[in-house]
This record gives sequence, C-alpha cells and structure tokens, in this order.
Amino acid sequence: MENNSNSSLKVMKEKDIRKVASTQKVAKVFGQILVYTFLGIMALIVLFPFYFMIISSLKSLEEYRLAVPTLIPQSWKFQNYTDILIPFEMAEANGWVGTLVSPEAATNDFDLFTLFRNTMFVGIVSTILSLVITVLSAFAFARLNFKGKNALFAALLGTMMIPGELFTITNYATVMTKGGWFPTFFNGLGNMFGLFGPDFRIPFVDSSFAALIVPFLVSVFYIYLLRQNFLQIPNELYLAAKVDGTSDIKYLCKVMIPLALPTIISITILKMMGAWNSYMWPRLVANDDAHRLITNGLRNAFNDVSGNTDYPRQMAAVALVSLPLFLVFIFFRKYIMKGVSRSGIKG
Amino acid sequence: MKVELQNLTKIFPSRNKKSGGEVTAVNDFTFTIPDGMLVGLLGPSGCGKSTTLYMISGLQKPSSGKIFFGDEDVTELSPENRGVGLVFQNYALYPHLTVKQNIMFPLQNLRGTDKLSKQEMQERALEAAKLVQIDELMDRKPSELSGGQQQRVAIARALVKMPRVLLLDEPLSNLDARLRLQTREEIRRIQKETGITTVFVTHDQEEAMSISDMIVVMKLGVLQQIGKPQDIYDDPTNLFVAKFLGTPPINVFNGKVENGTLYIGNDAVLEVGGVDDQPVWVGIRPEGFTPDDNGALVCKLNNVEVMGRDVSVVSTHEASANPIVRSIVNADNKIDVTAENIKYSLKPHKVFIFNKETEERIYFEVK
Repeated sequence: MENNSNSSLKVMKEKDIRKVASTQKVAKVFGQILVYTFLGIMALIVLFPFYFMIISSLKSLEEYRLAVPTLIPQSWKFQNYTDILIPFEMAEANGWVGTLVSPEAATNDFDLFTLFRNTMFVGIVSTILSLVITVLSAFAFARLNFKGKNALFAALLGTMMIPGELFTITNYATVMTKGGWFPTFFNGLGNMFGLFGPDFRIPFVDSSFAALIVPFLVSVFYIYLLRQNFLQIPNELYLAAKVDGTSDIKYLCKVMIPLALPTIISITILKMMGAWNSYMWPRLVANDDAHRLITNGLRNAFNDVSGNTDYPRQMAAVALVSLPLFLVFIFFRKYIMKGVSRSGIKG
Repeated sequence: MKVELQNLTKIFPSRNKKSGGEVTAVNDFTFTIPDGMLVGLLGPSGCGKSTTLYMISGLQKPSSGKIFFGDEDVTELSPENRGVGLVFQNYALYPHLTVKQNIMFPLQNLRGTDKLSKQEMQERALEAAKLVQIDELMDRKPSELSGGQQQRVAIARALVKMPRVLLLDEPLSNLDARLRLQTREEIRRIQKETGITTVFVTHDQEEAMSISDMIVVMKLGVLQQIGKPQDIYDDPTNLFVAKFLGTPPINVFNGKVENGTLYIGNDAVLEVGGVDDQPVWVGIRPEGFTPDDNGALVCKLNNVEVMGRDVSVVSTHEASANPIVRSIVNADNKIDVTAENIKYSLKPHKVFIFNKETEERIYFEVK
C-alpha cells in the first residue's frame, strides 16, 4: 500500500510538464479545428435553403427551370419583388408597367396586404388573449390556494401527452358544424346578436377568425413554463405585499409580471411565431380569400391555369414573408434562445 | 401601542392527512407588550416564534385566542388594516424596483382619506430613508446594495406608513458578525427615535439580550419566561431558560440535596436551606466560580484560555452533564496551569437548582 502511494505521488519532472503541455496544446488546437469544421458544415446545411430561396427569388422563370440550377443568377430580376409589393393598378396609373413592374403582374393572385393583415390580426389577438389566460392561470397555479389545485394541474399537464393531431378532427367538428354553437356564437358576436340590425358587422369578428384563434388560446406548456417562473419568486415578497394591503391583481401586475418579464417575452415571441407559421389548421378552417393566412396564401398563389407554379415569384413572396420573423429573431434573439432552451425543442 | 395576546394558539394540520397528526406551533400564549417597548421573541428554531409574529401581523390566523392592539380586538382584521410594518428575514425587497420605489410601495395602496399625492409619497419616503440613513441610495436597485443597506431599506419600507407595531423576523441573521453588531444598535436607535412598539424574533440570545427591553423565551410553542434580559439571566424559571441564555452557556451538573446540603458528585458545595432531599440538576453560571484552595468543588483542570481581563478555565468533573466545565474568572487569580486539579468555591446567587424530573427551578435560602 505504502509503496504504491509513494510511486503515484512521484513529483512530475520539468521535462514531463513541458511534454504534457505541448501535447495538451496540440490536442486543443486539433479539437478546435474539428469543432469549427463541424459547425461550419452544419451552418452551411442550415443556411443553404435560405440562400437558395433568395437567389431563386431573383431569377427569371426560364433560368429557374434550367436542368442544372445556377448558384448565382445570370440576370437579377428584382421585378419578382416589385410585382408583389406594388399593386398592379397603381403601377398602371403611374406607367411603371414594363419597367418597375412586369406585365405578368396583371395576373398576380397573391394579395400580400390582405394576407398580411389577416395574419397580423390573428397573431396579435391570439397572442394577447393567450398571454392574459397564461398569466392568470400561471398565477393561480403558482400562488393561489384552492381545492384540487394540484390534481387540476396534473390533469392539465397530462393533456400535453396527447398529440395535437388527435384533436384536430374534433376541433374541426366543433368549429365548423353548421348551426353549431361555435359559429352561431361568434357570428352572433360579430353582429352583436342583431342588436344594431342584420347588416351590422364588427370588422374581423366572425366564426372563421374565431376558429383560427380560439382553439389555441390555452397553451398548457406556456402555463407550465410561467408557473415555474412564478414559483421562483420568494413567498416573502407576496407576504410583504399583503401586509401593505396589496391586492392579488396588483401584486401580479406590479411585482410578478415585471419579475417574470423575460419568460413572458419569450412566450409572446414563440406564440407570435407559432401564429405566423401555422399552416394545417388555417388551411382546414379558413381557406377563403377573406380569411386566408399568409402561409396558405403562399401555397395557393402563383399557379397558372395549367397548374405550373411561378417559383421565382413565390420565392420572392416567401422571402418577404420571412422578413418580419427574421427581424424579430435578430432583435429578440436572447429571449427566443431562452424560450427555446426552456421548452426543449420547440420554436 | 400596547399589544396584548390572549390564549393565542396556532395548530397546523399535518401534511400527511392519513396519519392525522397535528402540529401545535403556538400553545396558549398569553402576554402583554407594553407601549413603546422593544421586545425580543427568543427560542430555538421551530419554537413558534415566527408563527407568533405572523399572527400579530395578521398573515396567519390564530386557531384560537385573541390579539389586541391597545383596546382594539384585531384578531379578525386583515394585515393591511392592522397598521403593522413587517421586516422579513431575507428583506423581501422588490428586486425590479429602486430603493425609492420600494419604500413608496406601501403608500400606493392607501385608499380614501389616507390617499397621498405623489409629492407627499416622495416626502414620506425620503423621511423614512433619512431615518435609516439611506437617503443617498434612493435610485439604486436592491441588488446594488450591501446586506446591511438592504436591511435598512426593508426597515424604511416597514416604517413609511407609520405602523402602530413594527415586527422584525430574524432581522440580523443574514448579516455578517460586524454588521450584525452595528445593525442591532441601529434597530435600537430607530426604535427609540420612533417610539414604535417593536417585536423582533431571534434565536440568538446574545442579540436578544443586548437590545431588548423585554425578552420572551419560548420552547416548542410554549411560553417559558418573560422579563427584562438581566432578570431572566439572573433568575431563570427552569433549566431550559437557564441553558438557553448566556455565553458561555451555563454549566449543568448532576447533583443531589441531602440534609440541606447541595452535593455535586461527592463534593458538598453549598448549604441550601428549605429544600427537601432529592436528586437535582445544578446550574452554575461560568462567572459563579471562584478559584479557592479551600473550595469544595474539585475539578480536573484541562487548560486555561486567556481573554485578557478574564481567563476562561476549562476543566472536567465527573458529575457534569456537559463534556467540560467552563468558568470565567478574573485574571488576577493566578491559576497554576500545571496543577492537576482546580478547586472552586461558588457564588450562591449564580447557582440554580432544578427539579430532576420537571426541570423547574427550586428556590433555596442561602445560609
């Protein structure tokens, strides 16, 4: 025993130290090269679709259809963008057709403005309502005491195990049943149940928009996320506020929300992105011109009668639509990363 | 404001419903805090002192009993209507608000005739801040303050609405030793300046003795003794109180009384009059020993710790309930460190005897 411990305690000679140090250095440099090569390749894989979207959006249809795709456009066709951005009537009135706007824009069936407006409306309204619900329920689960709180919370968490696809059909049945409570209620709400005459309508309030918004207002995951955040706020803050006569709602607004703001911002951004990106459900329940959202608008437009798709122009539209999300990501990167890392893989 | 607790009891239901056990945190607690006093609730952790404080504040409802502020029964009143200021152990400052906003927070909830304008709030906040000497730090966030400064902000926040009673929950436990000394003087000063009846909770007997006008000693939810710090120290009612107060702690021996003489082991140490023959606990304060070559108590000398004015003599005795017997004696008594034994005579008023079973104090006549 003693001999063994003595030999292992042998003092390292200076020569050995230098040798070890140089080996360490080589290993470190080599490791870094490996890591950065890997990261570089992964970045290329991730970025290539974006790059391809951008260059495709600047090609003419003929160039796009070449058997061997070009990596840099032979001629830059910025009309793909202006055709979408400038309404054809306006271009006609100002004599821009043939220069700024191509003549084919006359058949443009991509109404960027309406799609944008619809999507913004659905996104903003669903985000705000969803935030209110999330904050209030997270507060209740984190702070209030009521019978069956834990059982209810467990049941809510249990619903997270059911894949969303499973209740797509039941949701569809609920919101689309003609004469069912859902359309009846929300269409009724839209004309205030006939109080101001049959022709009265509140803009944007009807069963189609409601179908886009209402089924996804409650997100168990966000409630869970925020509740955990609320639980980290020390109990004493609440007691201190109570001694000073602060009501629950005031405490929530003045203390809890400011303290949990990073999480709430993460939730807001994720929810907005979710609304912006949603595809399947909007296609099911709101696939008409008045209610269509941007993802479905992209899918539907740019097809001619023979079923050919004008891909460069579609790509230009996709680039334009991605731009807001891109900007959001640039400015709120910190919060998105936080939200995504909290949520595991969502986002 | 006089605070009166009458038969105050708090029973917590057991966590485990099936076992059906209950925890009595505070048991039939009755005492009166006179107006303008600084009172320390003292006891080991889990003795119900914080629960008592929370019941006075209104954050917890008593299971039974009543609480009076002056002549007013506040038992059913919610915390904000009692007019109490509460300082938490961890200060509970709002981390996202500045010092000024923290201090103003309680004022923003005032309603009706008490409602203050922004101007008045600022003035009141500044006044409270000046009282605790943090008016230079008004625009800082709590995270930019030291522990002692945070403590002051918490006190200012509790004082700003001019409470009738100020409650402090372990106010010094999160501070380092030096700051603790400084802050307890500070609390004393603020209390004297404002004259607000103040109750504070602590498990540190030194802290309680040094600044309180009155100490309430608790054990397992039961009141043990109330009184001025010196009185409790000099005249403990039971072994628990005797052991809990004093640094270094009291020396406890197994002893017996026979024919009016108190024996520790086989040493007949003291004549005690009016006590029946029985086995007893003997408690002797460290300063109750006098080295005396003719002394009756013979201890085995271990070592002597020099403290300057005094020396602390560490010895052992076979009848001692503690591993060592520690006495504090004047350094003028030259002690032979090489000697095997040390002999003590005892100061009778520093010797307490307690019933072996009940641990209650047995009073004796000094002959």
